[in-house]
Amino acid sequence: MAVNKDKNSYTMIFAVIMVLVVGTLLAGFSSGLKPMIKANEKFEKQQNILYAMGVNDNQGTGDVAFITTDRVADAFKTYIKEQLIIEGPTASQNDKAYLIDVKKEGAKAKKAGYQRKLPLFIGEKDGEKLYIMPVRGKGLWDAIWGFVAVDKTMTVQGVYFDHKGETPGLGAEIKQRYFMDDFIGEKLLEGSTYKGIKVAKGNNDPKNLIKDDYEVDALAGATITGDGVSAMLKKDIAMYVPYFKTLNN
Amino acid sequence: MGLLSKKDTRLILDPLADDNPITIQVLGICSALAITAQLKPSIVMAVSVIFVLGLGNVVISLMRNIIPSKIRIIVQLIVVATLVIIVDQVLKAFAYELSKELSVFIGLIITNCIIMGRFEAFALGNGPWKAFLDGVGNALGYGVILIIVGFFRELLGSGTLFGFKVLGDSVEKTGLYAIGYENNGFMVLPPMALIVVGIIIWVQRSRNSALIEEN
Repeated sequence: MAVNKDKNSYTMIFAVIMVLVVGTLLAGFSSGLKPMIKANEKFEKQQNILYAMGVNDNQGTGDVAFITTDRVADAFKTYIKEQLIIEGPTASQNDKAYLIDVKKEGAKAKKAGYQRKLPLFIGEKDGEKLYIMPVRGKGLWDAIWGFVAVDKTMTVQGVYFDHKGETPGLGAEIKQRYFMDDFIGEKLLEGSTYKGIKVAKGNNDPKNLIKDDYEVDALAGATITGDGVSAMLKKDIAMYVPYFKTLNN
Repeated sequence: MGLLSKKDTRLILDPLADDNPITIQVLGICSALAITAQLKPSIVMAVSVIFVLGLGNVVISLMRNIIPSKIRIIVQLIVVATLVIIVDQVLKAFAYELSKELSVFIGLIITNCIIMGRFEAFALGNGPWKAFLDGVGNALGYGVILIIVGFFRELLGSGTLFGFKVLGDSVEKTGLYAIGYENNGFMVLPPMALIVVGIIIWVQRSRNSALIEEN
């Protein structure tokens, strides 16, 4: 059967069939693998939360080492004592709080009258209660996000940051330990006013020994990512301040 | 050889050395620079490209008589994109950590000129078996360079291989570091990958003068 392949109709039919076949194939793959991908994302979130509260496999001053995937589900159960969803003045327990999509909540909160759901994780490590909050903001190229663990006076006990597409070697360094470890011990509250932590240039404290200046040393060449980190801490953690006030009264 | 004729063997072996896609044809350089700071991502990238190019070549070769020539480039692009998305999804499902590390580079396989180049130059004009061999051969040639570059960059840049500290601990000054050896931080950066590729090209051409172009 000789088909004239130069005819427009042939090209059109070929394109349509091709698209249908490829579309079906990809849809099949996507829905087939979805449960596994979702599970991986869940583990990653648990690893990040645990990392922020200091449950990790870090050794010395080396690289970031999460608790391994096979142990994470158990560790999450052991260390995270409570998961809360804060809605305005009320806080309710919910074991699925860590699955709240902070990005979607942030988008919904822009609509007037929507009460944003804020997840809060209460962990216990070495007999001390830690409160872990998710944060999310903008870096230079794309989203940055993380988790911040504080004690009940809102002094930072650990952080974890991640990013979608910051420049390798510059902004991407926010997920390196030498940057994240600087936050440990920094205060977020001055008396009862919320100050946040600024990623500051020229704070004359490169080793970050001064812990009550509300500043950590910035990364060279990553001004906008650093500002993004400051802004994300300021904006997102501020929403939790009323909860901490009720806690301390 | 029973399975492979002499011609078939050359399809596999030529791209490994004398017709290497990176060092001779100078294709696929961008990914060779971007992901070779460590050995592990280099190997994963090599395996992914072997899969995509081997299978893609077969698919294109099977369709070579029905592809309308007007839209053949788009058809090739769809085939690569489909395979790449499948690789990406499979990695996300079974090797999540790795897929995060490779993140954008897996997507960038789509734009790897080696793949479109082989589709256009070989698969459109040859049968599926030959196309498969050609695809695997070229992807292997690409992978070999990736692995060589990754090996040297990780060894000299971080003092590790697959993350194991083979030269001792740079912080606690054990092994080689005890006698004053230092990691070369420059090796971790992309420019050094270009220099390593350049050295490979130099070595290869000085050993085989037939490869040197006449001016």
